Amino acid sequence: MRNDKTLAAAGKRKAPGPRARIGIADRDGIVGTIMLAPAVLYVVALVAVPFFLAIALSVSDATVGDPAIHHFVGLANFISVVRESAFLFALRNSIIVTLATLVLLTVLTIVLVELLARPFPGKRLAEILIILPWAMPAALAAVGWLWLLDSEFSPIDWILRTVGLLGPGSVLGPANNLYYLGREWLGLGVIVVINVWRTLPLSAVIVLAGRTAIPNELFEQAALDGAGYFRVLFRITLPALGILLTVAILFTVLVIFGDMTVVALTTRGGPGYTTEVLPYWAYLKGIQGGALSQGAAIALFLFPVLLAASVLVLRIAYRREGA
Amino acid sequence: MRTTSAFRTVGFYTALVLLCLFAAFPALWMVITAFKQNTDLYDPNNNPFLFNLPPTLSNIEFLFTQTNFPIFLWNSLFIGVVVVVITLVLAVPAAYSLARLMGHWGEHSSIAIFLVYLIPPTLLFIPLYEIVTALGVANTVWSLILVYPTITVPFCTWLLLSFFRSIPREVEEAALTDGCSRVGVFFRVALPLAVRGITTCIVFAFALSLSDYIYAAVFVSSTASRTVSAGVPTELIRGDIYYWQALMAATAIVGIPLAVIYGLLFDWLVRGFQVELPRSPRA
Repeated sequence: MRNDKTLAAAGKRKAPGPRARIGIADRDGIVGTIMLAPAVLYVVALVAVPFFLAIALSVSDATVGDPAIHHFVGLANFISVVRESAFLFALRNSIIVTLATLVLLTVLTIVLVELLARPFPGKRLAEILIILPWAMPAALAAVGWLWLLDSEFSPIDWILRTVGLLGPGSVLGPANNLYYLGREWLGLGVIVVINVWRTLPLSAVIVLAGRTAIPNELFEQAALDGAGYFRVLFRITLPALGILLTVAILFTVLVIFGDMTVVALTTRGGPGYTTEVLPYWAYLKGIQGGALSQGAAIALFLFPVLLAASVLVLRIAYRREGA
Repeated sequence: MRTTSAFRTVGFYTALVLLCLFAAFPALWMVITAFKQNTDLYDPNNNPFLFNLPPTLSNIEFLFTQTNFPIFLWNSLFIGVVVVVITLVLAVPAAYSLARLMGHWGEHSSIAIFLVYLIPPTLLFIPLYEIVTALGVANTVWSLILVYPTITVPFCTWLLLSFFRSIPREVEEAALTDGCSRVGVFFRVALPLAVRGITTCIVFAFALSLSDYIYAAVFVSSTASRTVSAGVPTELIRGDIYYWQALMAATAIVGIPLAVIYGLLFDWLVRGFQVELPRSPRA
C-alpha cells in the first residue's frame, strides 16, 4: 500500500515544470478539504442535524401548532403510539411488505438480468419497456395502478371475467370484481406487486453491471465441461454476482421500507388500518394529525431495521475484504 | 440437442415478453385511457382495450388548458435541473477528494456514505419540515431544491468515489510530474475519465427529484409551487371525483418520453455501476 503523503511529496518535488506553482492548488490535504467541505457541511446540516432533531422531537411534546421542543416527555410518545391498534398493523405490514418485495424482487431481478445479458433483436425496445416503471414519478405510477385496479372498471377484472374466472358461478366469483384495494391481504399483495414493479428496473441495471463484468472465459469453460444452464447459473453466475446482488436488493428494498408513496395513493392504509405501514402512519400522525412528536416517534421505529441492514452491509463488505 | 435449444429459445422469449408486459402494461392502460371518451370509459360491458367510441384529444386538452399541469411540469423540470447542478457541484469534488486526497480513511468512506443514503425521508421529513419553515422557504420550489440533494448527494458521491478510485493512479501521477497542479489534474484528467459515472449521476439525480412524493406533498401546499408528483394527484383527484383520463394522460406524458431517454441510455446506466462496490481498495 502506497502512502499518499510520500506520493504527494514526490509529486511536488518533481513538480517544477514549465510554470512551477507551489500554491495551495498543489497541497493535497488542503485541496482535498476544500473539495470535500461543501458536501460534508450540507450533509451535516440537512441529514445529521434533522436526524438528531427527529430523536429530540420524539421525546418532546411538539405539535404543528407549537413546533418548539420545550418539554422533555421521555418515552411517552413511544408508549402511546405502541398502544394504538394501528401500530401493530403498521409494523407487521412494513415487515411483510418489505420481506415479500425482497423475495420477489430477487427472483425477478435474476431472471431479467439473465435475459438482458445476451443480445437479441429488439433489445432497445425491451430496455425502454423495462425501464418504464422507473421513469414514471412514483406517485403518478401509483395513481396509474389505482385506476388499473379500479373496483369497477379494472381491465384485469374484465380479462378474468372474459376467460370465465370471475363473476357469478366462477372460481373467483360470485362478485363481478375483485376489489383489490378493499381487502386486507389482496391490498398488501397489490402493494408488494407495485413495489416490485417500480424497483425492478433499477435493481436490474445495477445487477446487470455485475453480470456483464463476469469474464466470458468462465462461461466458456463451464460449457466445455458440459455444465447445464442451471448448474452454470448457481455455480458461476450467482456467486459472482453475490455482493452486487445483495447491495442492489438491499438498496432498493430499504428505500421501499422507508417510503409511503404507494400506500398513500392506493389503499391509504385501509380498510381500517389493515394495510397501514409505518412511514404513512408517521405522516398521518405527524403532519396531517399535527402531532409532530408522535410522528417522529413512529418514524424512529424504522431505525432498528435500518441499523440491522447497515450491519449486514458492513459484514458483507468485511467478509469480502477478508477473502 | 436441437430440441433443447428450441425449447430454450421459446423459454427465453416467453420470459422476456412476460416481463416486458409486466413492466409496460400499466403504461399501455394509461395511454388507452387518456384517449377515451367518458361514455366509453365508464361502461363495464365495453372491452376496455378497444375504442368503442372514437378516440378523443379532449382529455389532453383539458389537462393543458383547464388545470395547472403546465405549471407543475415547469416546476418539476426547474427543480430537477437545479438539483442536478447542485448535486454535481457538491458530489463530484467530494468524491474525488475522498478517492485521492484524503488518504486511507477517505478511500474507506464509501460504506459510511452508503449508510447516509439509506436514512429514509420518512425519518427526516418532520424535522426538515421545521427547518424549511424556519428558513422561510416553505411553500416554494426552493424548499424542495434545498432538501432533494439529501437523497442525491450521498448516492452520487458513493457512485463517483468508486469511479475515481478505479482510474489508475499512474495516469494522474504522470500529469502531476509534468507540472500540472492537483486542481488541474482533477479538471483535465480525472473528470474526462469519469464521464460515464457523471452521466449516471445526472440521470439518477433528475429521476430521484422527479419521483419524490413525500417532501413535495409535505413542504408545498400552494398550487403555484407544486411539482408533477404532488400537484397532479391533488388537483385531479377532488374528493371522490377522479379525472382518470387526465390523470393517466399526465403520467404518460411525463413517463413515456423519459423512459425512451433512459432506455436509450440503458447501456450507459449499466456501465455507470460497473465500479468497485463498498469494500477495501485493491492492495
